[in-house]
Amino acid sequence: MRVGVDVGGTNTDAVLMNGEEVVASFKAPTTADVGGGIVNAIRSVLAQSNIVAARIESVMIGTTQFTNAFVEGKRLVEVGIIRAALPATASVQPLLDFPDRLANAIGDHSYLVPGGYEFDGREISPLGESEVAEAARDIKAKGLRSVAISCVFSPINSEMEKRIAEIVRNEIPDVELTLSTDIGRVGLIERENATIMNASLVELSKRVVGSFRHALRDLNIQAPFFVSQNDGTLMSAEYVERYPVLTFASGPTNSMRGAARLSGQENAVVVDIGGTTTDVGVLVHGFPRESAVSVDIGGVRTNFRMPDIHSIGLGGGSLVRDADGLTVGPDSVGYELTEKTLVFGGDTLTATDIAVASGAVDIGDKSRVQHLSGKQIEQGLAEIHRLVEDAIDRVKTSVEDSLVVLVGGGSVLVTRELRGASEVKIPDQSALANAIGAGMAQVGGEIDRIFSYESEGREASLAQAKDEAKARAIAAGASADSVQILEIEELPLTYMPAGAVRLRVKAVGDLAMHGDGGGQ
Amino acid sequence: MKLTRDNLHDFIRGAAILGTGGGGDPYVGRLMLEQELRKGANIQILDPDDLADDIFAINVFSMGAPTVFVENIPNGPATVTSVRKVEQVLGRKFNAIMPVEAGGVNATLPLIVGALMDLPVIDADGMGRAFPELQMVTYNVYGVDICPLVTTDDFGNSVTYETTDAARSEWLARGVCVRMGGISQAAGYPMTAQQIRDTAVRHTLTLSLDIGRAVREAREQHQDPVASLLNYFLNARYPRHATMLFDGKVVDVLRETKHGFTVGRVMLDGIENSHGQCEVTFRNEFLIAKHDGRVVATVPDLICCLDRETAEPITTENLKYGNRVKVVGIAAAPVMRTPEALDIFGPRAFGMEEDFTTLEELG
Repeated sequence: MRVGVDVGGTNTDAVLMNGEEVVASFKAPTTADVGGGIVNAIRSVLAQSNIVAARIESVMIGTTQFTNAFVEGKRLVEVGIIRAALPATASVQPLLDFPDRLANAIGDHSYLVPGGYEFDGREISPLGESEVAEAARDIKAKGLRSVAISCVFSPINSEMEKRIAEIVRNEIPDVELTLSTDIGRVGLIERENATIMNASLVELSKRVVGSFRHALRDLNIQAPFFVSQNDGTLMSAEYVERYPVLTFASGPTNSMRGAARLSGQENAVVVDIGGTTTDVGVLVHGFPRESAVSVDIGGVRTNFRMPDIHSIGLGGGSLVRDADGLTVGPDSVGYELTEKTLVFGGDTLTATDIAVASGAVDIGDKSRVQHLSGKQIEQGLAEIHRLVEDAIDRVKTSVEDSLVVLVGGGSVLVTRELRGASEVKIPDQSALANAIGAGMAQVGGEIDRIFSYESEGREASLAQAKDEAKARAIAAGASADSVQILEIEELPLTYMPAGAVRLRVKAVGDLAMHGDGGGQ
Repeated sequence: MKLTRDNLHDFIRGAAILGTGGGGDPYVGRLMLEQELRKGANIQILDPDDLADDIFAINVFSMGAPTVFVENIPNGPATVTSVRKVEQVLGRKFNAIMPVEAGGVNATLPLIVGALMDLPVIDADGMGRAFPELQMVTYNVYGVDICPLVTTDDFGNSVTYETTDAARSEWLARGVCVRMGGISQAAGYPMTAQQIRDTAVRHTLTLSLDIGRAVREAREQHQDPVASLLNYFLNARYPRHATMLFDGKVVDVLRETKHGFTVGRVMLDGIENSHGQCEVTFRNEFLIAKHDGRVVATVPDLICCLDRETAEPITTENLKYGNRVKVVGIAAAPVMRTPEALDIFGPRAFGMEEDFTTLEELG
């Protein structure tokens, strides 16, 4: 048995799952005391199903707390930044791209030292060990507790970053360290930005993970707990303490993963219609397709693994206006859906009212929308479907019609066939997709590095890359026999005659279960 | 023209548009400029229409793989070393800096070097866009010698090239570039005021700033930024033909690496007022656009794929299925459309079978 919890900005959802089956579920508004909210939610699903805590094998939590904290610039710590690169890269100092508000929160403590690698793995310079030690002593004197470490081309060799970590640890034994090689892919500045973000969040993540631990202890749950990351895979609690930044954007990812599980579909377009917005993404082999372009978070450019999500302003609470032709959204009544909508006794015409008036849905007081004309209802439905169809078309991966899975509370708005969809599935329990997605997440491992096909050969390079990706997945908690390669991307380096190719390989596997709770 | 922290984003967006799908991601270039401007750099820009006769300018650029540029950032001081070496060989000091390539990341390095050396930068270049090789430059077309060319690594190690022609320099320097770490900082094409007047594509830095601004302002005013971009060219001080070639959705991308280039084509299906299919062939940059098999634009005229709503340029590396793009064609400057110029960077110089035909004739 496992528990999936989704701590969203609005609601905290929990599901108790026995293998694939949802045994019990709970939904309540998210409270300031997140740990208390989690205790409440889990206690409720256990009580509903009469299951004792000892039978829980693992708890999976999805949370947006770290994203919000960073974007708001709150609860961040100042960070010492060491980059091994000189004489290269001095033309762009760390933190240049951070908005002033965030740069001020993180402080101005950057140290560039000799070091770094070339694209083919040669050293730019030997690591300046004494310069690193000097920087560490300075960081210590300033009383900083968190250090971000980056190095040119560290994705192809992490040795220098590890050595820097050793030296800093030697000077400041209890320091928190974030290594860029553990965080991002090729692209020094974007990777370093993400490393700094992470370093600024580590103290918060210790507190948050501590509160999770505390909550589970209160419930007498001995099982390990995991937190979902932006690509739909899980991290252990210890990993989240060190890499909170990897939880960014896990919300839409969880709902897509939940849609995959609920519908039994591995390849589909997922349309998640909420009260205010609709998120549309593509499932490939059961995982969300990733964005190919850099993603800004709070105005800072990063190169995270992020789902490629197209969001539009359509939801159950979208405002419907009938002047100069009928329009739906993009603004909405938001969280006041159950007060302002006509069928719930309010005075505002929303997308939900149109759906009810059409007779396709039966919620609220139907008599309150009887005055709508047949033409208005028809135009409203047509507009809602047109918006969804357009969003689907934007994310589709091929010309052919795609299977579409609809989830979220607003999925009742879709009452007809959709153009571009070969079939539309609305699974049972679709409103719980988020929590279920958290509950069923797998463990992943990824490498992203430049290989020389000329000297190593393509086959040998691919084999080595796959092995390393699998090893990373296992290190992250996957059971060895379930690990498989999910994705291989070969990117030949232009302008470079020597057969240099950037290889990106991702492996995933099921979470290794150690418990005795049974049920799988 | 005056470059400030406020208009920097406009300038970079414009340079990316002139990159015509290649030229490298100017993000790092923007950060380099940001750093210099924060330090208080005052970058002086010279109008090529009124240059003093004693101007003696050197072109500077980073050479290498854009994929390496994102890790090992272009190096201002190493470029200064290259400039000094060229001065030593010639026995004469330069009093101005110049970009060889207005599109992509190389639009920014000359501005950094100008700031570091306290020299003005000339508002002109040798491509008016981005091209992949050192001989594909108007200066070369009209007889300016690339040599002495110097390339320098991050340590200040440098190599001086004295070659029979620019293509030979390209060949040798490309090999050395790999040894230098896949990136090197170069100075070459020393030029007098008269040579600049005779051979350069003028006002291309201003052009980047202006088109970047036109796009932003259109977005802010909720107007069509692509239309605004085209209008800018049609109504500029030196008007150039500019037109939307196709409005479509990417339905297929073929991409492979041949001889160190990203080679391929993108196929689009029409939306709204565009019908049929559009095919754009690329080799790092976009080369030829065809609509239902009929050629509608050829290199060196500029072909750009822009996001159809924001007009943000999309590079050949980032194109993917589902992108909604407007393909636009912009006439190259007259100096780039002569027979001599087409020998060096017309379609056949890229191994294509088509001949160059102007956008106006194809329209």
